[in-house]
Amino acid sequence: MQNWYMVTFVGKDRPGIVAEVSRILFEAGGNLGEASMSRLGGNFAVMLMLQIESEKEQIENLLKPLWDNLGLFFHIDKIAGNLHHHVEPNFRLSVHGADQAGIVAAVTGSLAELKFNILNLESDVGGTPEKPVYIMHIEGFADCSFESLEKSLQPLIIEKEIVVHLVPIDTMLG
Amino acid sequence: MAKLEILVYPDERLRQVSQIVKAVDSKIQNFIANLKETLKSLPGCVGIAAPQIGRFERIIIVDISSRPQHKNHGHLVLVNPVILFSEGNSVGREGCLSVPEYTGKVNRAKFIELEAQNEFGSNVTYQMEGYEARAVQHEIDHLDGKLFIDRLVGKRNDLKRRMDI
Repeated sequence: MQNWYMVTFVGKDRPGIVAEVSRILFEAGGNLGEASMSRLGGNFAVMLMLQIESEKEQIENLLKPLWDNLGLFFHIDKIAGNLHHHVEPNFRLSVHGADQAGIVAAVTGSLAELKFNILNLESDVGGTPEKPVYIMHIEGFADCSFESLEKSLQPLIIEKEIVVHLVPIDTMLG
Repeated sequence: MAKLEILVYPDERLRQVSQIVKAVDSKIQNFIANLKETLKSLPGCVGIAAPQIGRFERIIIVDISSRPQHKNHGHLVLVNPVILFSEGNSVGREGCLSVPEYTGKVNRAKFIELEAQNEFGSNVTYQMEGYEARAVQHEIDHLDGKLFIDRLVGKRNDLKRRMDI
């Protein structure tokens, strides 16, 4: 029986991680679903959906060489596949400001109050080590008006001295 | 009038380049009526191109009037559309009837000037921008065998790049 798993890998970044991970999974009869992979700092993080006949213990044995050879930590969770049920984002936020603890908590806290469902969040720390800058992009869906969203973000823009650029996403379907 | 079936990627026929319509005769007008009916039956959809239903002639329909926040020219039937001039760039999110369950960001010209014939065979020209220009460029791509997934820009975005989405 084919099962779906969410598999995460984290390790020091180096060339060849994705090739090695996907080779091992392919040769074991695995099929990859949706995936997100990024270099975060000097690390490389992988989240991927894996469809495979094996049980969790068998996958752990299969992936052990990745720890032994590449020093990759991994974690496996059985999940429901649920492909082909995408939720379309209707808002996008770009946030930037002097790096400080609490930007993500403040912004996402305001969004959560309006039941904003975050579908994608990416952030980077730019600038110099002395003057780091935090830059974050969020896309998501909220069943509320642009104005109410904008209003809810106003207090934290002042409090955190950050710039928040909010735009509606109007997907063109043709 | 009949609602027509949409070809879905990876159907190779979507790669075919469509032929110029030599004359807007009653046969073409009947077909346009069916294409209109098909577009009307698809909720949220603002455009359709003839090759999407397997007819490889240069005909598109665009109608973004359901989104009045964007400047538009109403219901447009464009036969043999040609973009004469384009300017600017904007990244926006697109989806396609022929590529279900996926949307992505595509870079398009912000402003276009085009000429075409209408459903009665008369020559028409339009200047359009933003969302309507995006829809027309998306549909004209179908006439050349191109899909929006051939033009995707990466998920990560330069902060400096202005996003229209």
